[in-house]
Order: sequence, then structure tokens, then C-alpha cells
Amino acid sequence: MSILVDKNTKVLVQGITGREGAFHAEQMIKAGTSVVAGMTPGKGGQTALGVPVYDTVKEATTHHPIDASIIFVPAPGAADAALEAAHAGIPLVVLITEGIPTLDMVKAVAEIKSLGNVRLIGGNCPGLITPGECKLGIMPANVFKRGKVGLISRSGTVTYETAKALSDAGYGISTCIGIGGDPIIGTTFKDLLPLFNDDPETEAVVICGEIGGSDEEDAAEYIKHHMRKPVVGFIGGRSAPKGKKMGHAGAIIMGNVGTPESKLAAFADADVPVADTIDEIVELVRAKLG
Amino acid sequence: MNLHEYQAKELLARYGIPVPPGKVAYTADEAKQIATEYGDTVVIKAQVHTGGRGKAGGVKLAKTPEEAREKASQILGLNIKGFVTRKVLVAKAVDIAKEYYAGLILDRVTQRVVLMLSKEGGVDIEEVAAARPYAIIKHPIDPHRGLRPFEARELVKKAGLEGNLNKLASTLVQLYNAYVGIDASTAEINPLVITPSGDVVAADAKIVLDDNALYRHPDLSTLREVDAEHPLEVEASNYGFSYVKLDGWIGVIGNGAGLVMYTLDLVNRVGGKAANFLDIGGGAKADVVYNALKVVLKDPDVKGVFINIFGGITRADEVAKGVIRAMDEGILTKPVAMRVAGTAEEEAKALLKGRPIYMYPTSIEAAKAIVSMTGGGASAHPTAGAQ
Repeated sequence: MSILVDKNTKVLVQGITGREGAFHAEQMIKAGTSVVAGMTPGKGGQTALGVPVYDTVKEATTHHPIDASIIFVPAPGAADAALEAAHAGIPLVVLITEGIPTLDMVKAVAEIKSLGNVRLIGGNCPGLITPGECKLGIMPANVFKRGKVGLISRSGTVTYETAKALSDAGYGISTCIGIGGDPIIGTTFKDLLPLFNDDPETEAVVICGEIGGSDEEDAAEYIKHHMRKPVVGFIGGRSAPKGKKMGHAGAIIMGNVGTPESKLAAFADADVPVADTIDEIVELVRAKLG
Repeated sequence: MNLHEYQAKELLARYGIPVPPGKVAYTADEAKQIATEYGDTVVIKAQVHTGGRGKAGGVKLAKTPEEAREKASQILGLNIKGFVTRKVLVAKAVDIAKEYYAGLILDRVTQRVVLMLSKEGGVDIEEVAAARPYAIIKHPIDPHRGLRPFEARELVKKAGLEGNLNKLASTLVQLYNAYVGIDASTAEINPLVITPSGDVVAADAKIVLDDNALYRHPDLSTLREVDAEHPLEVEASNYGFSYVKLDGWIGVIGNGAGLVMYTLDLVNRVGGKAANFLDIGGGAKADVVYNALKVVLKDPDVKGVFINIFGGITRADEVAKGVIRAMDEGILTKPVAMRVAGTAEEEAKALLKGRPIYMYPTSIEAAKAIVSMTGGGASAHPTAGAQ
């Protein structure tokens, strides 16, 4: 088992004829993903990577059963692409694109939430992977080995580092989700914890958080009351000065919201041990799982 | 992108919000001329991208044109938190009966734009928020419906603002229209002044634009002032890097914002302090690493460099080649600690043989090494919260 994606997940790639889309779609197929169709407006009727390309998402869903869509559309059209997938009824939409105007995301997230049956992951995220079965993202699949730890992260490279460390240590990953570094994203830690809670393959969960916002505090609240599996935490950006934007627009401390102190206190209150380094994440997982 | 007060006011005026008449002066004589034109008391305000101008002596009243010249000459050239004042806003002074606060910010918890309104204007709103959070009312705005006039009127009443209800409410609606129209991430009027005659005026304004949306506002992109930013931040952005100057002595280069932030934390944890944040983004090719080193080493505070690269497909020898080029060209004369998780690590080690560039298998070892090579590390202390 795993969460969200597995070997049966049928995938649509939006933006499959673009440079990024073509490259990553090919990598995804190599990692075992079942890519069944592509979509690029104006390129309908073509074939890319051996799959048919459609002009609209609706055309693609008419011809294929599709469980998930991944979006490599440039920033100006990215929010619209996510809405197109959501309105076509695709239940899982992964938005990789970075640099999307914030107000576009405010509108898109509100609209997708109002539909009720669509999960949006991202934007500005590396996507998700169930190693050996389905990669719906841009992470290097070779550092992910299948195993029993669920991993959720706000960053890209920190996710890869952590996955590699857990894989090298023999624990491996059940499913890993990079939720994205932007202030407005479709899915947060607390949305994913219940899924790991119910997944028999996942024995422990690692949350790689970051300064800014209050997603870690919300996650701690869920863990305290509902989580039946051990959780290990990590918080990046603890030495960052207040009010400075360091790459991730979401990682800014505003007033008293988003400070590392607040996140550490919330994790401590939920009995979640916090690692100072990525190597320590492995040690803390070992302490929980043996 | 931060805007100056005068730019923010011009934009608000475009959306119908009353602002006091004002013009920008680059010299004391220009300030005098503007004051003569207005024939009234003026306020002279430093136009710099930082807060706390008043406390730093960057805001002064002048009753006569001669006084305006004098005060402007005191403010021009003034260094406010590292920003040198190159221009001042000379604006007609506003008669104040009441000072309120109105602001729009992006709130990640509700995932909406939130209107904040307070009777306690004219002071730092973060201080009000910390001391008397109940003095600020907050209203998340439905992105598809916008802010309706009736909602704005209800909010004015709820916040206890006194004055012409319709004028106050329409100012809030105009502020929201401006926010959406220009793709702002923050838009604040502080103070929002009620004059003795009952007019509503934006006496000061702060606008931050969403960088991601600048492509659809070519007219606003021209408001960016390269000379108001840190020169190295400008140079880095020309290479497509994200760079932030910090106050330590270890140059940090990495790929991915999360990893670079983590690297800063590690340096800090072992007793060092980073001189900068630099994210080279994806693809660590030799020339990218070389360009990143060029930027980082222009900072005189840098005593050594820590390069931390992760990539399933990044070649360590590519990174090494970039470092070696910088060294051979004489740009790099300081110690370097490198940690590259990728392929071709043995090739990289062979290339680096005999040079003062060291490769380490883990980030923490590299962090310790660069801190000790640059003379720090004695006060290594674990970060709070270690369990």
C-alpha cells in the first residue's frame, strides 16, 4: 500500500510538449509511472512519448480513464491549467510550476476546494512519489527506495536529502509528497497525515517543515489528538533573519507568526521529536522504529 | 518588490483614494521650489525601502520654503538602516483629526487576502498587534466576490472608526480594487487620516508588489530601482540566482531554497555565521558554480565558502570545475568546503587534488570544516529544541 498514487494510477501530463514537460514525463515513465495521455492546447492530435496529445483536459478524460494530472504549464497559465483539470473531474492534480502569481493561486485554491472532490498538490512543488510504482513529480527517483516511512516536505532538495538518508539507512519511503514552498498551496501537512495514519505500509511519518506560516502548528494539533504512528519533525530556516525572503516566498517570519520557536513548541507539545540535521532525522526514526 | 511611499500614493490615487498633493525632490533646492509652489506647510519624507524613517530623522515638517530647503538638505544623504536617502517626498501637510490604519495582506491560514482595520493608526501596526490584538479587526475576503461596499461599511462600524461612513467604506473598497488591480502582496494606509473637515486622506502608504505577477504589469516593473537594492542582489538576479546578503562571514552556495536555508542553519549550529544566502536553482554546471562564486566573493565580509549541492544527476566534477576556474582566474583566494551528493565524486576528488578545496561526505562535516578554516567554531552550540 501507499497513499495517493500507486502502480495503477493513470496519469495525464499537462504541458507534455514543452521542454520541462517532455523531459520530466520521460523520467516519470522510466520510473514506472503509467502516463496515458498528454495535453497541450493547440497540439491536439499529435503524439508525444508514445501517448496521444489532446487540446483540452476534457477530451483526454473522454478517451482515457485518468486518476491524476501533473502540470508543467508556464506560470501565466498554470492556475488555469489546474482549474481545467479540477473541473474535468480529475481527483488528484499536481502543480509543479513555480512563480505563479499569488492572487491566481488564491482564486484557484478557493475554487478547487469548493468543488470538494479534487486534491491539489502545490504549486511550486516537486510532486509525489511511491517508489517503484508511480512518480508524479520531478524528484530524482534513484534516491528513493521503497519502505515504511511516509515523508512530507515543504522543500525540494531537503526532501531528496531526507529520502536518500532514510533509503540508505534501510527504512525507505512508502510515499513522499513535496507540498511546495509558496504561501498559498493546495495541500498542507495536516491534510496528508490522516492518509498516512490509515496506510498499513507506513509505520512512521517524517515532516520536513520550514519557518513561515503555521502549517507545522496545525500538523502538531492533528498529531496530538489523532495520530497513531510515530512522527519525526524537522524545521528548516531556523537561523533566518525576520522578514527576509530566502527563495521560498512562504518562508518569511511575519510578526510572531512563523517563528521556529512557535513550531518547536507545537511539536514538543505533540511529543514530536525534532531533528537538527538530516542525519538526525534517521536517528530519530531509528529510535521510534528500532 | 517594495515601492516607495510616493509611488504607492500615485497608484492609490489612480484607484480614487485621496492622497495629499506631493512631489519628489532630489535636491534641497527642488524641495524649496515645491514648497514655494504649495505655499503652505509641507512634510519632507525620506524615500527609502525601510521602515522607522520617523525615528531616524527622515521625516520633518517645514513651515516655509526656506525651512523646506534646510530640512531637505538634512534628510538627503541620511543613512537609514543602511539605506542612503537619495530623494525626498515633499507633500502638503495634512490636518489631522483622527488617525486610523487600513491594510490588506495575504493570509496563509485562511488562504485569502485579509483586510485589517484599526482605530490605532499612525503607529507600527505590528506593535499594536502584539500589545492589543483586539484593537485590530480582520476580515478574509472571498476572492471571487471581492469586498462589497456593504461589507466595508459593516467593517468600519465594527472597528469603531468615526467619520463619514460612506467615504471610509469606499476607501476600503478602492484599496482592495487597487490591491487586486496591481497584484500587490501588501497594501497599507497608515495613517488613514480623517481631517477636521471630515475628508478621508491616505497620509502614508506602503505597497509591496507580487514579483510573480510583475510580468503582467510592465508599467509597474519600471518602478524597480536597482540603486535602492543591494548591488550583489542585483548582480545575482541577473544570473538567475536568488541571493540575500546576511551579516556573517561564510559564503554559502547551494541548490534549492530549502537546502540553502538548511545549510545556513548548519553553519550557525557549529558556531559560524553565513554572509549570504545563494540559491543557484536547478542544474549545477561548471559555469553556474563559477558565476555563483563570482557573486559571493565580491562581498568583502566573506572569509571562506561552503558549497552544498544535492542532485541525483548533478555531477560533482562539474561543480569542481567551476571552483577550479574561479581559483585559476584569481577570483577565489579563500578556502572552500564542498559537499556534493551526486555522481562522479571520485573524478571530482581527482581534479581537486593538491588544491585548498576540500570535499566532505556530509553537510555537517563540511560546515564544521569551513567554520574552523575561517577562524570560528569555538562557541559551537546546539540549536534550541534539540531532543
